[in-house]
Amino acid sequence: MSEMHPSLDLDESAPAIQVRDLHKSYGDNEVLTGIDFHVDKGQVVCVIGPSGSGKSTLLRCVNRLEEPTSGQILVEGIDITDPDTELDQVRTRIGMVFQQFNLFPHMTVLRNLTIAQQRAKGRGRKEAEQIARENLLKVGLADKEAAYPAHLSGGQQQRVAIARALSMNPDMMLFDEPTSALDPELVGDVLDVMKKLAHEGMTMMVVTHEMGFAREVGDKLVFMDGGVIVEEGDPVEVLTNPQHKRTQTFLSKVL
Amino acid sequence: MTRSARTRLMTLSLYAVFLALVVIFVLLANWEAIKDNFFLTEGFTGNWQDMVFTGAKNTILYTIISFIGGFVLAVILVLMKLAPIAPFRWLATAYIELFRGLPALVVILFMGFGVPIAFGWRPPGGTVGAGLVALMLVAGAYMAETLRAGIEAVPKGQTEAARSLGMNAPWTMASIVMPQALRIVIPPLTNELVILLKDTSLLFVIGLAASQKELTTLARDFMSSGPSAGTATSLTFAALLYLAITLPLTRLVAWMESKQKRSR
Repeated sequence: MSEMHPSLDLDESAPAIQVRDLHKSYGDNEVLTGIDFHVDKGQVVCVIGPSGSGKSTLLRCVNRLEEPTSGQILVEGIDITDPDTELDQVRTRIGMVFQQFNLFPHMTVLRNLTIAQQRAKGRGRKEAEQIARENLLKVGLADKEAAYPAHLSGGQQQRVAIARALSMNPDMMLFDEPTSALDPELVGDVLDVMKKLAHEGMTMMVVTHEMGFAREVGDKLVFMDGGVIVEEGDPVEVLTNPQHKRTQTFLSKVL
Repeated sequence: MTRSARTRLMTLSLYAVFLALVVIFVLLANWEAIKDNFFLTEGFTGNWQDMVFTGAKNTILYTIISFIGGFVLAVILVLMKLAPIAPFRWLATAYIELFRGLPALVVILFMGFGVPIAFGWRPPGGTVGAGLVALMLVAGAYMAETLRAGIEAVPKGQTEAARSLGMNAPWTMASIVMPQALRIVIPPLTNELVILLKDTSLLFVIGLAASQKELTTLARDFMSSGPSAGTATSLTFAALLYLAITLPLTRLVAWMESKQKRSR
């Protein structure tokens, strides 16, 4: 039934991400126990919570790097849990940034940014390189296109990773603890790039420990613990006046 | 006696034992017999053209042919092993276990004599061809395991990054995982090459025509013919030629491994 989901048949009124009753377990270990959640277009949603709370798993379910056990995930109205969905096409519209950067070490920075444009979007080399250079400029690394990832600092690598995701012209970006593997003095550059993206109206779902970022640019803050969403709302509201005991305990430890 | 004096005395006496053993060997060895049997000058001056331009040349040629054939086979096997279809995986596993469990010599005898007798099928290239096919079959099994280890050594995040960008599984394998895996397995694959080079000597058992003889077969011939007949000089010659090829290769592997370790 894949003709029911042609790639460009987007439901303009649908939220960017809609998660319904999502369950995920590894064997007997239930990591997500019934998540209902949505991200509207242009929204920046930050997800916080203790390690093991399932926040990264939730994020990774949104582009199906993790296979949900049950439940439904709609990306721009397209059900990505439907086996007939052209998953690779949907993924080109969802940028993802990893904690460990995951740049391709055997390729130059420029090639890192063009390979998927050519292989997954069918762009020509010239066009791909032009788009790549625009995005390198955007993250402040225009002079690094010939470098290999190993010769860049962690902060630079993460900015290249963001530029790589942006080069696919995604409709939304997922960030999985993008600054957790960085030395403290390198965190700022990466957060600046993310703030710039947010101000440009990019839809973002960010799993993070950076409360300052959540407070400053977040439209919504989600607190997860034990595989459920405990509390969600306006970031300033949640951070200054948490309603649930578990949120209070967590915030008292990290703030 | 102090502790350090005891240690020094111990070291000194070990050197003395070593020196004594060397002296005993030099005094007792029959140098005349060693020279006449293993290092007869005529055996080197008279046979070197055949040994180098037929023996060593064929040994290298057979090694390269069976390495390339084995590598292609290994790539196919490893892709089968990673396939989502279970019977493909079973087949690849069964193949690898079978050919890693058999002596190469038995496989060569099967291909050289068993298969032609049973099916009347002659591999291309005649007897040598049969032997080379056998070497490929065995090398492919070993190299498949090496390749699999290399693919598994590529971090999972690499595949995840490629797939999250919308690249499909075949493209991810071809342009992200395989190039990195190959880099990892270059040292172990070079080791396979050395082992394969030595295994070409097993082709001795299937009987090669004069122009097809590799080092070992040729050296065996020159033990009973030519200027060094009746001595083992040709074997020494062959051994030196083998070492001239394998030692640089094993040094190369050691160098590549230390370089990989440093870059990590």
